Amino acid sequence: MAELQTVTVLLFARYAELLGTATLQMALPEPPTAAAVVAAVRALPGGLSVPESPLVAINARQAQGGDPVEAGDEVALLPPMAGG
Amino acid sequence: MRVTFLTEAPLDLAELVAEVSAPDRGGIATFLGLVRNHQAGKAVVRLEYSAYLPMAEAECAAILAEAERQWPARLAVRHRIGTLHVGDAAVIVAAASAHRAPAFEACRYVIEELKRRVPIWKKEFFQDGGVDWVEPQ
Repeated sequence: MAELQTVTVLLFARYAELLGTATLQMALPEPPTAAAVVAAVRALPGGLSVPESPLVAINARQAQGGDPVEAGDEVALLPPMAGG
Repeated sequence: MRVTFLTEAPLDLAELVAEVSAPDRGGIATFLGLVRNHQAGKAVVRLEYSAYLPMAEAECAAILAEAERQWPARLAVRHRIGTLHVGDAAVIVAAASAHRAPAFEACRYVIEELKRRVPIWKKEFFQDGGVDWVEPQ
């Protein structure tokens, strides 16, 4: 039986507005990838407005969808950046 | 007191110039990004800037380090977050080098990289009451 891992998901800007929250705690079967976290978020109400492959960060560092996520990691889904 | 790259306080150009200045650096290039009063033909009243702070701080530090590796220059950057009005400076970059060419080039590099990869977002509030998240092409 797959063990569940809890990760913290951070949402920002448009994604946070559309999902109605800036933080989620998600339990996923191990070992999840960043893409699996995104898919789980997209399955939530309002989640389809998040693209299939958004920019993601794991523990505040930019990551790729295939990167592994460990229990306790912070996964951020980042809308297109608009600094400056 | 450790300096942070992101702040809610108004930005100070003189402070950044002082940070990069040295007697052996004769050329200082600066860039200021201000809130302008229009976007796609619509009048803008204010912007709200937000950020993923730990990653934004780390990326700013990385960008400055890259610039200082590529050019013989000293760099500084500050980005403001929170509510900004037309004319407010949202970002300032300062670059100092012995000569002007590296100063200009390093300054340009920092602002271009910041816009490309620092996790900052802005929400626009228009005079007609409309609100929109800015999404660059």
